[in-house]
Amino acid sequence: MSQSFDDISAQLRKRHRKSARLKWISMGALGLAGLFLVLFFADMLGKGLPAFQQAQIQVEIDYNEEAQRMGRAALDPEVSRLVSRTFERLIPGQIRDNPELLGTTETRWVLADSQVDQYLKRHRHKLNEAQQATVDELVEEGRVELKFNTTFFTTGDSKMPEASGILSAAVGTVLTMLVTLAIAFPIGVMTAVYLEEFAPDNRFTQFIEININNLAAIPSILFGLLGLAIFINFFGVPRSSPLVGGMTLALMTLPVIIIATRTALRSVPDSIRHAAFGVGCSRWQVVRDHVLPLAMPGIMTGSIIGLAQAMGETAPLIIVGMVAFIPDVSASFTQAATVLPAQVFTWAGEPERAFVEKTAGGILVLLSILIFLNATAVILRKKFERRW
Amino acid sequence: MTSLQSTTPKVAVNSPEPEVGQPVTRNEQACHDLSIRVRDLSLWYGETQALKSLSIDIFQKNVTALIGPSGCGKSTFLRCLNRMNDLIPGVTIRGLVEMDGFDVNAVKMDEVALRRRVGMVFQKPNPFPKSIYENVAYAPRMHDLVSRKADQDELVEKALRDAGLWEEVKDKLHQPGTSLSGGQQQRLCIARAIAVQPDVILMDEPTSALDPISTATIEDLMDKLKQQFTIITVTHNMQQAARVADYTAFFHLGEIIEYNDTQMMFSSPATKKAEDYITGRYG
Repeated sequence: MSQSFDDISAQLRKRHRKSARLKWISMGALGLAGLFLVLFFADMLGKGLPAFQQAQIQVEIDYNEEAQRMGRAALDPEVSRLVSRTFERLIPGQIRDNPELLGTTETRWVLADSQVDQYLKRHRHKLNEAQQATVDELVEEGRVELKFNTTFFTTGDSKMPEASGILSAAVGTVLTMLVTLAIAFPIGVMTAVYLEEFAPDNRFTQFIEININNLAAIPSILFGLLGLAIFINFFGVPRSSPLVGGMTLALMTLPVIIIATRTALRSVPDSIRHAAFGVGCSRWQVVRDHVLPLAMPGIMTGSIIGLAQAMGETAPLIIVGMVAFIPDVSASFTQAATVLPAQVFTWAGEPERAFVEKTAGGILVLLSILIFLNATAVILRKKFERRW
Repeated sequence: MTSLQSTTPKVAVNSPEPEVGQPVTRNEQACHDLSIRVRDLSLWYGETQALKSLSIDIFQKNVTALIGPSGCGKSTFLRCLNRMNDLIPGVTIRGLVEMDGFDVNAVKMDEVALRRRVGMVFQKPNPFPKSIYENVAYAPRMHDLVSRKADQDELVEKALRDAGLWEEVKDKLHQPGTSLSGGQQQRLCIARAIAVQPDVILMDEPTSALDPISTATIEDLMDKLKQQFTIITVTHNMQQAARVADYTAFFHLGEIIEYNDTQMMFSSPATKKAEDYITGRYG
């Protein structure tokens, strides 16, 4: 017996209600995720943007006899407490290097103490009433100002927040990533090429495959332990260096690159391989001339994402000694260095209020680089995507 | 007729018993220089036997068509001739495939050298995702057949002319090969195959993905190309076999039931099975 439309509609109403409910739940989940993202970014921007501005103070520097021993003597006692101590420390050295400075005076904009900076930004500060009055007066006169914080981008870490910057961490990141890329990319791609194009499908290769997939799921700190045990203790690679950090992160990135490359190779249709074999290519020529060029966008996308992941990694680097106070910009792969997320981690642990905005500022820089890298990956994929 | 009898080739009353691998009837206009000699060729995919002790002589500068129902082993047999079956894991091959006095399946036979002399055109047009020019120039350059750019240009033009594609693509040689229509792509694949001047061209249902007009163009082309090359083609389309082939081999369940002059095959086949297939009683 056939059902009437009324009967069918009654049944359907229930089904439609259910699908509408599910739709609202999933939209709610998406909305919640979006909300968290907005909150996170708003918080980071709110906290981090002030880090790109820093209080500066215009002072008269008197290169007198006493300043040769103690830099502070060169400054007016009223403002000397308001000037960053990093600046004061440099004065005796300047006189030593340039004896003709002695006896001259000079008016310059110099870095203010972080307390002045925090006072101007209406954050918690430790200035007393008299100092606050002086700063207010100087602001009136235009001798204290918030200016763009070039220090943040041109110096390394410092124990004084006003003088600390991310340059050493950024250079460390670049050096470390170069090592990671130089190791993980060729090894990863060739491993994938071997497994996908050359290796027979037997128990041994299946065993390798399973283990590569497992490797991608291992907690990253274990790679740090491996790096410590093998690279530092066994091979004697200098600890804290971009070399050992890069090698450790390369171990972590390898499975990501291998899996991405295999997926990219598998997506190249067999008809291309047959065509190449058909004109008499050797297996390696098939791979080099036909399969790899087609798979390259996918390989690059996967590698960039793997690299971005490695770039944001801190845990394994703690073990190999890269999470440390590194004020100097490292100039080689074997010098002590730190990386951006490690720098953020170090700053986050500082008790001074002024480091909070440094932390957020560092996160903003790291996030911008990661977004830039991921955008590059997307653009590469779109640009080289080919139809066949 | 019982099935036992029908599996052994029955010779037409008026023709003499053919020698092993020889066609039942000779086409007197055709060339009869031996190109490929196959004796007792058997092939297994794992445990399944796909080819059962085939013997056939294929003649130079002829079109030989392989026909038969799906799964009869004609494509598998074709791939034995340039060892494309090597790419499939778990394949076992026994028997002799001889070309120019060399055993194709011998260990010391380099499959790259073999494929240099035995070109292949596939069912679905599969030009490289490179330019039209590069599609043709790639293989000759790889095999060191040309060194100077001018020679290469000349060779590309000749191959494209022979494939009947030159007039259509001479102004867009540097556009991607995949931008052409299906029929043009297939002719590009033919140009790619003949660019290295092989002796034999294998075609695996070269027109099954094409429209009737493109199909007719390819058929005309095969007719021209057989003056220079030995062509072995697999086809599902019996009219096509009748139109283009000098000799036709009928495959069934991994065996060659009848190998005959095409005209004889389609007018008075020597075996009942071939007759049933050709008249459309199964297949």
